[in-house]
Amino acid sequence: MKKEEINVCVLRVGGTNCDAETKQAFEELDVRARVVHLNEIIKQRNLLEYQALVLPGGFSYGDYVRGGAIWAKLLLAKLGKELKAFVDENRPILGICNGFQVLVEAGLLPGFEGASTYPEATLATNVPPGYNCRWISIKHENRGKCVFTCKIPRGKTLHVPVAHSEGRFLLPKEKEDRLLQRLYDNDQIVFRYCNKDGEPAKGRFPLNPNGSFHDIAGVCNPEGTIFGLMPHPERAFYWWQQPDWTRQDRVPESGDGRPILESLISYLENKS
Amino acid sequence: MIRSYCTCRKTPFPLFDINILGATDEQLLRISRELNIGLSLQEMKHVHAYFKKKKRNPTDVELQTIGQTWSEHCFHKTFKGKIHFEGKEIDSLFKTYIARVTDELSPPWCFSVFEDNAGIVRFDKNHGIAVKVETHNHPSAVEPFGGAATGTGGVIRDILGVWADPIACTDVLGFGPLDFDYKKLPPGVKHPRYVYTGVVAGIGSYGNNMGIPTVNGAICFDESYVGNVVVYCGCVGLLPLRKFRKNAKPKDVIVIAGGKTGRDGIHGVTFASAELTEESENVSRPAVQIANPIEEEKLKRAINEIRDIQVASSITDLGGGGMSSAIGETAERFECGATIKLDKTPLKNLGMAPWEIYISESQERMILTVPAENLDKILEVFAKEDVEATPIGELTRDKVLRIDYGDERVAEVDISFLFDPPRTMKTAKYDPTNIGEPNFPEPKDLTEVLLHLLSSPNIASKESVVRTYDHEVKGKTVLKPLQGENGGPNDASILKPLEDSWKGIVISCGINPNYGKIDAYWMAASSIDEAVRNNVAVGGRRIALLDNFTWGNPEKPERLGSLVKACMACYDIAKAYETPFISGKDSLYNESPLGPITPTLLVTGLGIIPDIRSAVSMDIKAPNNAIYIIGETFRELGGSEYYRTKGFLGNTVPKVRPEKAKKTFHAITKAIDLGLMEACHDLSEGGLAVSAAEMAFAGGYGIEIDLKKVPTETQERDDFILFSESNSRFLVEVSSKAKDDFERQMKGTVYAEIGKVTKTPRLCISTTNGKVIVDASLKNLQTSWKRTLSSEV
Repeated sequence: MKKEEINVCVLRVGGTNCDAETKQAFEELDVRARVVHLNEIIKQRNLLEYQALVLPGGFSYGDYVRGGAIWAKLLLAKLGKELKAFVDENRPILGICNGFQVLVEAGLLPGFEGASTYPEATLATNVPPGYNCRWISIKHENRGKCVFTCKIPRGKTLHVPVAHSEGRFLLPKEKEDRLLQRLYDNDQIVFRYCNKDGEPAKGRFPLNPNGSFHDIAGVCNPEGTIFGLMPHPERAFYWWQQPDWTRQDRVPESGDGRPILESLISYLENKS
Repeated sequence: MIRSYCTCRKTPFPLFDINILGATDEQLLRISRELNIGLSLQEMKHVHAYFKKKKRNPTDVELQTIGQTWSEHCFHKTFKGKIHFEGKEIDSLFKTYIARVTDELSPPWCFSVFEDNAGIVRFDKNHGIAVKVETHNHPSAVEPFGGAATGTGGVIRDILGVWADPIACTDVLGFGPLDFDYKKLPPGVKHPRYVYTGVVAGIGSYGNNMGIPTVNGAICFDESYVGNVVVYCGCVGLLPLRKFRKNAKPKDVIVIAGGKTGRDGIHGVTFASAELTEESENVSRPAVQIANPIEEEKLKRAINEIRDIQVASSITDLGGGGMSSAIGETAERFECGATIKLDKTPLKNLGMAPWEIYISESQERMILTVPAENLDKILEVFAKEDVEATPIGELTRDKVLRIDYGDERVAEVDISFLFDPPRTMKTAKYDPTNIGEPNFPEPKDLTEVLLHLLSSPNIASKESVVRTYDHEVKGKTVLKPLQGENGGPNDASILKPLEDSWKGIVISCGINPNYGKIDAYWMAASSIDEAVRNNVAVGGRRIALLDNFTWGNPEKPERLGSLVKACMACYDIAKAYETPFISGKDSLYNESPLGPITPTLLVTGLGIIPDIRSAVSMDIKAPNNAIYIIGETFRELGGSEYYRTKGFLGNTVPKVRPEKAKKTFHAITKAIDLGLMEACHDLSEGGLAVSAAEMAFAGGYGIEIDLKKVPTETQERDDFILFSESNSRFLVEVSSKAKDDFERQMKGTVYAEIGKVTKTPRLCISTTNGKVIVDASLKNLQTSWKRTLSSEV
């Protein structure tokens, strides 16, 4: 696919609030991106006009039930058919923060056997509890399946911000070990919280900012085309967004979140 | 309800005529009290005279409307009224001391000041920055979470009310000591710890949910805040100036949009214009509104679109006083009248009386006026965002407010009468406090004193609060509230609002409540200096100011006297600094069973930086760089944190020397533009020692300082030099190769090289003959600084 043909849908509903910067980041990479309200796409029935779908961060519908739960149900109820076609054609879907919560609530992630009718994991209330906004390190651990990190070397540590109160990735307790093994077998683990040098956070706060099981910060489906993560790559896009830019002698050209979006574009360019 | 004064009309809804024509003075006052409209006898008589001319009694809707419009909260009677002070008559504090600064300076970059929901200054050719700071003290005292959340919600709507897109929030809070003795808590007063957790959570929830970063703030602790919590919520917005439309005319349709109207928030402004009592909890709970940030998020989207397609003729938010204040002000502003079909209002509760609907302060509502031909377009935009919008009336040519409910006319009042309340004449007197300067020997272990100061709640790290606010959303935060990995306290925050420009917005604040106990004039002067120097320290200039007064009951001459003094300082210092006021808000009547609040002025500074790439953070950067102090240190410890930790207040409150200070600020700005500074931090609570410690542990390197090199007026004790809080001072880190150029820029200011950055991670301060008086590891300093509030939220 040519770059000019790429059109990214940044979907929003009431309470979504990271759509503008997400769109801007894609445009910075020379692809078209549009912020579309769910109401509009339901009316137009044109999801398949887009090559990639992004569910950005925010508090969809106030998240009054559970992070992402309301939006997920609405998405399946109103757009289920198109969404299934989208997934079946291996068109990439990215969920950031609240978007990750939506993908999990919708049964699309981890998606061991494809889309599940019930959530197979959860993004639970942080431990320690409460909203937390800070820059953390994550390590890229994917062996090559995830299309959103195809341009990031395995083992690389990225510095990105998190800001959420429900980000603790959990699997059902009784199947935890088995499912973790499965995540590894399927190459579904993408990012894990770590220290500056890339050593695992081992659950320690604030390296692991939410108490996530196995320090998991982001996972993809077995096909590698659906990806959700709690940190915000779109807020770590430009060099001047980094918290320590005033003390770097040689300021890097971009933030660490940028390669995630670049990988997506690169995947689309290589996709027939 | 006071049946004897009311006649119930035969309507299918509750409506009363209030018999004021036959009432005696005493009865007039009783009516005011029992209807909870907060009008004085003078005002009730004015109302009486008006309706006597009309040969009829007012309805409850009319009386309530008048009560809301004339409340201190809506009309700022104290600031607009006349005051007797020291043999002279001051005709409006606001005009004489606040607006006058702006009038006399009249900078071309001020776009709209004082007249709208928010002040607007120019950012670049096409964009303006709107800014507003609100007080929400009274509701937060009764219901901390709801009070603070709706404070944030309200100030965001003020920004929407000038067609701007909110891009950042600020919050400045004042609480009683968190370890306040429960036994000393009077009935009806909530414990500071409860108030603290509630307020912090409330502010975070609104800003986070709406996706607006909270980037700047402060938290102060003071005994006088036990009975009266201080909650300042601010918001900054960006707007395309060409799309700023306020040109409503008769026949334009009035549309109410957003949340439904309910019984939450009845008499909020009356409540905010009175003292808190033991009963406030029970009586005034309904005055606190319920927040729903997602509703406002949707509202914001719709309003931004309506602005862009330019189909509305004006907009304003529904805040204090609800419709009564918003519709009245809109009509007055555009020299119109208005006819309202009140029964069209979408309601949360069945059976609301017309007066309740008209004055309800339910959140997340806005009023727009729309030329009739654009009505469908606007309703379509709202519908797209799932926002309810309803036409409820229209502007009229004659200047009369008419309110109908069904077929019944429930109010008919002249707009001119509504906006011409009798002017108050208050008396003020000022007696300087007569507190002695303490006399105590210099402590032997100054390291211990410094560690103690760092852990005092006013100085200690507020990280546990700041991290519960999203300060990164929108991805525009260039300089964050916490600097780097160790979370050093940056002096101001910087935003880069436009994709295609390096220009930035600089947001800072200044607040010194403890000085207010000694001298309100110098308290206010110091707050202005602090807001300005914080802004300058990171690279800000062309600074506009906002004033937010939190004071006691202005009916009491000595409270009003200190308010007059503070206003005088506002004029003197802001004029000298050439920093115009562009907006403000006052909260008076902050008194509780524990007494009056300490006079507290928050000054917010809004500067710009031409290129964010030249911004300077406060963390030191590299060993062997030189450390300079700019500005002179005086023996000014009155009201300082140092004295406070020793149990003293003192009287040598820091003064401001505007001519010298201005030179310092200009020199710093130039040095920043030339890239001569590696780090810069202002000196405030805790003075030189605390600033040096903060810079050191934020940067991860040590600092060595020779105290004898610090420029002082007279020979002073080491502890006074270390902890004096003299204004207009900075600590600056300069690389060795930039030293000459830097010193050249500092010519004409008081400055000195006093030390250097070291690889050894220690703060080491020595005095005569190299005697070390402070020596502490960064870890030790940082732990003291971080632990106090680390687990409070």
